[in-house]
Amino acid sequence: MTKVSAWLSLSVALGLLVLGAASGEAKTFRWANDGDPTTMDPHARSDGFVTSFDMNIYEPLIRRDRNLKLEPALATEWASINPTTWRIKLRQGVKFHDGTPLTVEDVVFSIQRARDAGADATSQLAPVKEVKPIDDRTIDFISDGPVPILPNYLVSAAIMSKAWCDAHNTTSAANHEGIENYATRNANGTGPFILKDRQPGVRTTLVRNPDWWGIKDQPIDPDEIVFTRIDNAATRVAALLSGELDMVYNVPPQDIERIRKTAGFKIWQAPELRTIFLGMDQSRDELLESSVKGKNPFKDKRVRQAFYLAVDEDAIASKVMRGLAHPTGLMVGPGVNGYDATLDKRFPYDPRAAKKLLGEAGYPDGFEVGFDCPNDRYVNDQVICQAVVAMLAKIGVKANLLAQTKAKYFGKINAPRFETSFYLLGWTPGPIDALNMLQNLTATRTDTDGIYNNGGYSNPHLDKLIKKIQVELDAEKRNELISEALTIVKDDYVYIPLHQQMVVWASRDNVDLAQYATNDFPWRYVKLK
Amino acid sequence: MVAFTIQRLLQSVLVMLTVALIAFALFNYVGDPISNIVGQDTTLADRDHLRAELGLNDSFIAQFARFVSHAAQGNFGLSYQQARPVSQIILEKMPATLELSFTAALLALIVGVPMGIYAGLHRHSWVSQTMLTVSLIGVSLPTFLIGILLILIFAVVLGWLPSFGRGAVVHIGWWTTGLLTAEGLRAIILPAITLALFQMTLIMRLVRAEMIEVLRTDYIKFARARGLTSRAINFGHALKNTLVPVITITGLQLGSIIAFAVITETVFQWPGMGLMFIQAVSFADIPVMATYLVLVGFFFVVINLVVDLLYYVVDPRLRIEREASANV
Repeated sequence: MTKVSAWLSLSVALGLLVLGAASGEAKTFRWANDGDPTTMDPHARSDGFVTSFDMNIYEPLIRRDRNLKLEPALATEWASINPTTWRIKLRQGVKFHDGTPLTVEDVVFSIQRARDAGADATSQLAPVKEVKPIDDRTIDFISDGPVPILPNYLVSAAIMSKAWCDAHNTTSAANHEGIENYATRNANGTGPFILKDRQPGVRTTLVRNPDWWGIKDQPIDPDEIVFTRIDNAATRVAALLSGELDMVYNVPPQDIERIRKTAGFKIWQAPELRTIFLGMDQSRDELLESSVKGKNPFKDKRVRQAFYLAVDEDAIASKVMRGLAHPTGLMVGPGVNGYDATLDKRFPYDPRAAKKLLGEAGYPDGFEVGFDCPNDRYVNDQVICQAVVAMLAKIGVKANLLAQTKAKYFGKINAPRFETSFYLLGWTPGPIDALNMLQNLTATRTDTDGIYNNGGYSNPHLDKLIKKIQVELDAEKRNELISEALTIVKDDYVYIPLHQQMVVWASRDNVDLAQYATNDFPWRYVKLK
Repeated sequence: MVAFTIQRLLQSVLVMLTVALIAFALFNYVGDPISNIVGQDTTLADRDHLRAELGLNDSFIAQFARFVSHAAQGNFGLSYQQARPVSQIILEKMPATLELSFTAALLALIVGVPMGIYAGLHRHSWVSQTMLTVSLIGVSLPTFLIGILLILIFAVVLGWLPSFGRGAVVHIGWWTTGLLTAEGLRAIILPAITLALFQMTLIMRLVRAEMIEVLRTDYIKFARARGLTSRAINFGHALKNTLVPVITITGLQLGSIIAFAVITETVFQWPGMGLMFIQAVSFADIPVMATYLVLVGFFFVVINLVVDLLYYVVDPRLRIEREASANV
């Protein structure tokens, strides 16, 4: 027995020693999320959370400020010098965390790496044909045709050190059979934070970069950032309330009020750019899952309109989302370039008119249709779908809900299978420009366009318009074209837009931060009072 | 004895192959990992390329065969989610799970057996009755609820213990242990109790029932008649004879403790294999899921083997029978 207690006291003493060594006067910011930044390689994944995390270590040429406006990062200026060339000036005196200076070669190398096989970060950079250094601080981006929003695309392209990648055999983000890529758990960027310790799925520790180029204009407050993955929603909130965390990134909707009412904590909320909407199969001659045989009711615009009018979005926003949603009449939300407030009005809820339209289309008694929905992807996704089922029942439509986990759900409804008749999906235009939505969700399906046009909508006129938007360099004219395209999408009932959900974060009262509508979380804004 | 052990270990290979085969048959239903791996702007061609590269277009038999042949060479593939070798991930996570499981099992035994003995000897005392009633709650409440309740009381309200994680760990070779730091010891208390509660109840009730049963037998009556002390009767004769079923159940339960750690680990964000498995399922991370299931299958076989060997130690009759039959 004495042996055991001796052991215990020894281990406790050891533990205190370890603890004492670790703590100092450092200001540590501790936060958690339900997901992990699965890789430190900024080119390997284009997952929103991973990119947001890694972009505190690495930096792009151009970044976004807290209002999503483009601002200089590693590039000090950029301009379109002719329709196919963008010229950028590189910031001078920038150093990577290992001390090597940033050069134009690093930029050329990084853009190439970001586009290579195995990289998934910036398929958007595909139109760039050549990245050409002009002198030691000037680089040209040359494309075949005009790329009006190239600066938007550059926001997601992190700059790595060529020398470092060469030295560690990680000139590509690809994985070789069975071997871990060095950049997966190691990092060497130019950003305000340096990766100190990485335990995948458990804890990631970063420290302030005292030599960051921007530190004079924007002093970095926390000395250390500790990120923990906590999968379980209840545990995450408990850890915040017990004082073990300073901030929680994904707050479960049911706990928002509780945190708000607890002294010492606050809720951060802002409308997110992601639009939640319903889609309908408009391409097959017969729906896969429906009681209607021999034809596809969704090819009839009146049926799509009837579905739209039958959905009471205000009720969804207030009851299901508890007010944490911005009902939308558009497929892009406020903040996205091309958003047109005059178009952002929903057609009003009108079940009677909906019923009448269904009758005119030849379905006076409604019909049955399969309805696909994720149950772990968007805020309250399954509950939204259940509400829609109840609303459609009022016009005689029997929607057979299949709500399942995202891995199964996406495999079913997305390319190449598109095995769905009616579904709920969310979309954030990555470059924060409406073109991305139009091209992915409404353009006729090809190898490059209409990838998420799961309903198979096809309108040659709209396609032409999208092609024009792709190359129009005049911003004002371009936005007019976008409005025209958005009007077509709206009036043709291509989709039934529902709402933009809110980004909800929670923190202790002493924390100040910048909440991005993209759900990005740059720690350079974090202040601990 | 040696032949018996070898025979069992060979059987374990068969068990693991079967587990892997069933697992791969099920993986058809976990969904498409591609949509989790790539971003929304990835082109269809890139997706197809990746799908082909990962061999996801092959039949499950082909995928199973590839997994087995690679696994036989010690290569369990790369995790889709983390892009790191699965074997390395499992080696990182295993110490956490094993530490938690053994701590919980030990706790269940140390608390459960004495309580069971007491309840068996003093059937009608109010202490026994209270223990039985309280233990009923332990069996009926689901693990995650107990975990959340403990977090609420000890972490949020009282602020005594951490609500998540494993605390600081110490590296001993590839093994990491949280049992040598104060932070780590504090962190293991709540998850270990959560995980042990059900087993504790089970062991206590089992020991109690067995004790009552044994105390009724003739040899205990004879022992009493011989005038042995009640201490010698209760512990030397009665307890020893209750141990065979207790060892069986405890052994088998150790397997399920490791398996049930999934829930406890999720609630407490305990960085072990169970949490890893849950994360892999939601990501459709097939290499991680397959390896974990095979490994758990292996654990069960090994534990069963150890249990069988322990019978020999506890029950002399088995030793004699086997020796006798060997002589024939």
